[in-house]
Amino acid sequence: MRASNIAFRAALALGMVLAGFAVAHADPASVERGRYLATAGDCASCHTALNGAPFAGGRVVGTPFGGIPTPNITFDRATGIGAWTKDEFYLAMHEGVSRDGTLLYPAFPFTSYTRMTRADVDAVYDFLGTVARVSRKNDEPQLSWPYSMRSLMSAWRLLYFDKGEYVPDPSKSAAWNRGAYLVQGPGHCNDCHTARNSLGATVSSPRLAGGLIPVQDWYASDLSMAKGGGLANFRQQDIVDLLKTGRSARGTAFGPMAEVVQMSTQYLSDDDLAAIATYLQSLPPRPAPDQGNDIDASASMARGQKIYADSCADCHGVSGTGVAGVYPPLDANSSVAEPVGVNAIRIVLSGGFAPVTAGNRRPYSMPPFAQKLSDQEVADVTTYIRRSWGNNAPPVQIDDVRKYRSTPTY
Amino acid sequence: MSRLLCCAAMLLALLSTGMAAHAAPTDAPKVPDTLKQRIASCTACHGESGEGSDNAFFPRLAGKPQGYLVRQLQDFRNGLRHYAIMEYTVRPLDDDYLREIAGYFAAQDVPYRTHPVPSMTAAQKARGEQLVTQGDKARGVPACTACHGSNLTGVQPDIPGLIGLPYDYLSAQLGSWRTDTRRAAAPDCMATIVSHLSDADISAAAAYLASHPIPDDPRPQAAGSVTMPLRCGSVGS
Repeated sequence: MRASNIAFRAALALGMVLAGFAVAHADPASVERGRYLATAGDCASCHTALNGAPFAGGRVVGTPFGGIPTPNITFDRATGIGAWTKDEFYLAMHEGVSRDGTLLYPAFPFTSYTRMTRADVDAVYDFLGTVARVSRKNDEPQLSWPYSMRSLMSAWRLLYFDKGEYVPDPSKSAAWNRGAYLVQGPGHCNDCHTARNSLGATVSSPRLAGGLIPVQDWYASDLSMAKGGGLANFRQQDIVDLLKTGRSARGTAFGPMAEVVQMSTQYLSDDDLAAIATYLQSLPPRPAPDQGNDIDASASMARGQKIYADSCADCHGVSGTGVAGVYPPLDANSSVAEPVGVNAIRIVLSGGFAPVTAGNRRPYSMPPFAQKLSDQEVADVTTYIRRSWGNNAPPVQIDDVRKYRSTPTY
Repeated sequence: MSRLLCCAAMLLALLSTGMAAHAAPTDAPKVPDTLKQRIASCTACHGESGEGSDNAFFPRLAGKPQGYLVRQLQDFRNGLRHYAIMEYTVRPLDDDYLREIAGYFAAQDVPYRTHPVPSMTAAQKARGEQLVTQGDKARGVPACTACHGSNLTGVQPDIPGLIGLPYDYLSAQLGSWRTDTRRAAAPDCMATIVSHLSDADISAAAAYLASHPIPDDPRPQAAGSVTMPLRCGSVGS
């Protein structure tokens, strides 16, 4: 009796050890690399619901075609991807095809992840295998017809999907290639930082040339650091600072980028951040943008100047210089002077804190003005900011303010 | 010689313009390195000392227990309590900073504003007084004073005072538990209580609370000074 009990216990222990091995068979170095890449790709941001378990999905990604809830990518066998093989995971990342053959919607940025190497995708798989497994059934997409027909995705892919791992450019430095890989692949920067066409594809403007993020209604800056580029006045260190701490001498991260910095880029190595900046420095110059000079904004400018002096100059300075490390400059700030004006309007209306990061634990904030300024006053002051000092962007109209006053702020 | 001087002068001029370009702009504002300056986003609506506004949207924060304020900020951030501008504002902040900000407002001691007192019929006033001071046993509703303190000044560290708040804010908060736009950690005792109140009850209780005079000592009661009739997930750790 006693002997059989011991034997049973031993068998049980052995079984547990074996099961443990089955779980933790992945090479620890690969797991760590996968963790880093999953951070660089900010997977958790979309694949975690507000207040939900990490990677268990459920956050709804808004698109003009309807909401797409992210799936559970923990290794729960029944509701997550625990039954998936490495090959199946690679197929999803590299080709946007799910395990059951479903063509995935490009709200999942496989159009960028296709640039990742097989070894890196395998590392992400190994890392996800170590994440606490959560049983949470996936929700159905809330797409309106005809976008709800998955079969349309095959035509979309034919038009807009260019499959293939990143091919290093031997004429460029190792840092440049690393930066290009991070930006184009796991970082999937182009998925926000370019305009999308009416079918949600990112092919209608140059890569990383900036664009309005659909549904969220924030303008993601042009990332060129060359003449005419959105980051023309950034130095390499400013890029590194912004990605690492959420603030820099030239600008502060806000809106969706604040979340990207907080969840993702602040954890990247200094070498990788410098590599990203090296790559961005090679983006081509951009043509001079429309300056809206055909509109007479002189009356609005005069009113705006007064509002600026009363409400803004105490922090941003009468010349829009800001305060180093505290308040961003408004002069030569691409977020202020982006083509649409939405960023300036929404920041004036809602204010907000810079993100808390390890490099900026107690950020300063800007007060909201929605409760203080009328639509006309917001139009006037944003027009003034966008057309003063070195800025020369189109004026803001009262209807633009009206529209964005009612935009949900999250 | 004069040529040399000229060159030297030019060089000096170049150097000094170069230096000027790198020096801090002379008109850059001086910004105090204080928490108060950092949280301009909060004080713009709630007041420099968290004294609150006259309307229903920006309630007084001054002197509320720190634990309560931290939890509200976290609830906005985590999607339990809904108010767009608050959710947007606190989303990029972590617990440490929220605790510090809550501490700032909890430590403020400024006079209470007076708000317009809503007109009540005698019956409404009686019902309001009953709910606030006695509760309604038959419907499973405890008195507000049972948890929020005998003078409704709240209890350290987690229970808010109900004094000095305008009628519109109070009735909106009670209503929001019904519409699921305000929730608290489970068990959500306020949700349970509100589910037992009628619209008329909410209105009467809010009106009575709004007309309640500010007591001489408006500070929250000491921790552990009430025995709560319900278990609340938002009280204690």
